[in-house]
Amino acid sequence: MKRWIPLILFLVLVGFFAKGLFLNPREVPSPFIGKAAPDFSLPVVGDANATFSPADMKGKVWVMNVWAPWCVSCRQEHGLLMALEQSGTVPIVGLNWKDKQREAEQLLARQGDPYFAVPDDLSGKVGIDYGVTGTPETYVIDQAGIVRMKHVGPISPDIWKDKFVPKLKELGV
Amino acid sequence: MIPELGHFALIVALLLALTQAVLPLIGAQRGNLTLMSVARPAAQGQFVFAALAFGCLAYSFMVNDFTVENVARNSFSQLPEVYRLTATWGSHEGSLLLWVLILGFWTTAVSVFSRHLPDDMVARVLGVMGIISVGFLAFLLTTSNPFDRLLPAPIDGRDMNPLLQDWGMIIHPPMLYMGYVGFAVAFAFAIAALLSGRLDAAWARWSRPWTTVAWAFLTLGIALGSWWAYRELGWGGWWFWDPTENASFMPWIAGTALIHSLAVTEKRGAFKAWTVLLALTAFSLSLLGTFLVRSGVLSSVHAFATDPARGAFILGFLVLVIGGSLVLYAWRAPKMLSGGGFTWFSREALLLGNNVVLLAALGAVLLGTLYPLLIDALGMGKISVGPPYFNAVFVPLMAPALFLMGVGPLARWKEASLPDMVSRLKWALVISVATGILLPLTLDGFKPWAVFGFAMSMWILLTVLIGFRERLKNGARWSSLTRSFWGMQLAHLGMAVGVAGITVVANYQEERDVRMNIGDHTELAGYTFTFQGTTEHEGPNYRAARGTVEVGKNGKKLYELHPEKRIYNASGMPMTEASIQPALFDDIYVALGEPLDEAATIWAVRVFHKPFINWLWLGALLMVIGGFLAAADRRYRIAVKAPAPTGAAAQGA
Repeated sequence: MKRWIPLILFLVLVGFFAKGLFLNPREVPSPFIGKAAPDFSLPVVGDANATFSPADMKGKVWVMNVWAPWCVSCRQEHGLLMALEQSGTVPIVGLNWKDKQREAEQLLARQGDPYFAVPDDLSGKVGIDYGVTGTPETYVIDQAGIVRMKHVGPISPDIWKDKFVPKLKELGV
Repeated sequence: MIPELGHFALIVALLLALTQAVLPLIGAQRGNLTLMSVARPAAQGQFVFAALAFGCLAYSFMVNDFTVENVARNSFSQLPEVYRLTATWGSHEGSLLLWVLILGFWTTAVSVFSRHLPDDMVARVLGVMGIISVGFLAFLLTTSNPFDRLLPAPIDGRDMNPLLQDWGMIIHPPMLYMGYVGFAVAFAFAIAALLSGRLDAAWARWSRPWTTVAWAFLTLGIALGSWWAYRELGWGGWWFWDPTENASFMPWIAGTALIHSLAVTEKRGAFKAWTVLLALTAFSLSLLGTFLVRSGVLSSVHAFATDPARGAFILGFLVLVIGGSLVLYAWRAPKMLSGGGFTWFSREALLLGNNVVLLAALGAVLLGTLYPLLIDALGMGKISVGPPYFNAVFVPLMAPALFLMGVGPLARWKEASLPDMVSRLKWALVISVATGILLPLTLDGFKPWAVFGFAMSMWILLTVLIGFRERLKNGARWSSLTRSFWGMQLAHLGMAVGVAGITVVANYQEERDVRMNIGDHTELAGYTFTFQGTTEHEGPNYRAARGTVEVGKNGKKLYELHPEKRIYNASGMPMTEASIQPALFDDIYVALGEPLDEAATIWAVRVFHKPFINWLWLGALLMVIGGFLAAADRRYRIAVKAPAPTGAAAQGA
């Protein structure tokens, strides 16, 4: 019996490999999909008196884009976000994540501001609640405040067309 | 035209490999000399055509033939010539072609240096290697043809991955593959021995030099990979326990166990079944590594081509080769009679102990590497296993391994005396422990792992010295020491040097992330770093912001370093090019982070002080030299001159 052990161990591994071929290790599902977007209330960049909370968006489908002025790949998607803002398809909220140098307001004034509102998550706590692993990340949240989709990394026009548009259509936008 | 010629050469190579796989094996089984004698010419012809195909692909890269899809995807007209050449094996298809080429090279080497082997042995060994060639050539031709055309041709290529544009990467893949694929020889010898039933000391002696050379190449390949990661990734790390790294490290551990187990089988005739199993394991892990890297079942920082069809092909091939060899093993195992007996305290027992520890370490690395896949396949979620797991499991397992490494070479075969060993080694033990405790006190900070590392390093160094002294005391002269003894001593010494390097750099390195404006300075490990701003710099296929950092000590200027932040023209990919001032005792490492203002005068700068890091690669180099020396031992060449027994089918057990 002993001599068959290496073969048996190997065959068990093969079983796992065969299954593994059909899984995508890069696709990390967010545990928040289908759950209520975590609530928060944060001051808004550019307006010292205003605050923003997901509750303000009740009844609307909206997109939350987690970005930061120090984030280089966020600049890649900036142009696309500007175009989306002009087309008026969907409101984009830009969660300003860990902006320790306080550069967001300046940067948006200079480069253009694609955002409906820019809640200021200086400590990064809201990011933690949302399970943000890095910038940029983008969430689609529906009328009832449920997270419907999450995208990690900059959005290209193709990604917007293939991933976001169908989801937004499904939600009636 | 040239790419079609290459494609055609690949097809011819496949046909020759089929011949090489089928006819000699049938011949060996039937004792038919004519069929057996096909092995050598078929193997050599296969190598010639694989080399021709490789040459055609390299040519397409050199002349920027963007009508070849592989070239268009992995090269660029502005790419410097040397990288155009290395881009040949930078892609998935090209690296597999390199695999095939190197397998052909090893096969040809076996066919040339096997005059003293029985004909049936040669036929079987080359036949088994032919089967492996068939698998890889078929894989290339059916799923990954490197010569596919892309018409109409793009105006320019998409460029080679900038991370690979480093001269460490020029030689790393060929060396690594020489090691990976070299284990195919040990594998083929083991299968041939299982088929013929001739598992004896002669078999161990034949496969030993091949295994040692493959191991030395693999060591060199891994060391170069680590050196590349250190220089190119910009984080100052040299080992990340990444799946791709583990894929090369696992065969290395198995190979290390194998060369030690082979020594016992050759000298004492013991551990036969175990040695065979290790030979099968070492190459199986090479194949497994190829599967893991090429199929995309694991995510890795080294993202290469991933494609389920390719994965399914390799998996099928794995089942055939590894599964088949394990069935053969299980079938033949009862016939393997173990040779010379030994007691619980003898060189055999110590080597066996070391083997068990190495395999436990191998199991730990394998489990950690595959764990994300296992959990995912069981539907239990997505996880990743990082360095904390590997360090926590692997490092403690190295304690008994390194300890036994010191004792083993000094113990007698068959039966050693414990009181005798204690009296020979007691001073070495005392000095090692004292070094471990005292040395960290002279450095800043007492770290438990440093105690362990220094003690182990000193232990190996002293036992190596004792080994020399005892040989000389027993009448040997320096000139009469065998190469195989020198090889072992050097390799073990390399381990001592490497462990010392790892210990110092892991426990005493310093780093600092600073925001620097022009003229700002920062201090680290007694050095002063002054940032003098960046200038625009135009490379052959990139543009860079090149920083100037002046490094000084005690108020005196030592040298300037020029870290770069590059943007590659074709891909638009940003790259951090660290600037390193290497020295025997410490490296100064500076990398540019991101510009922090619009005018790019303020930068995030990372500075590292890396003491003794070069000892790591120096140690690896000693191991490599030791491996080559051991393989060049006289007794393997004397065997060549011995009259070759012919018609061995009749002599077979």
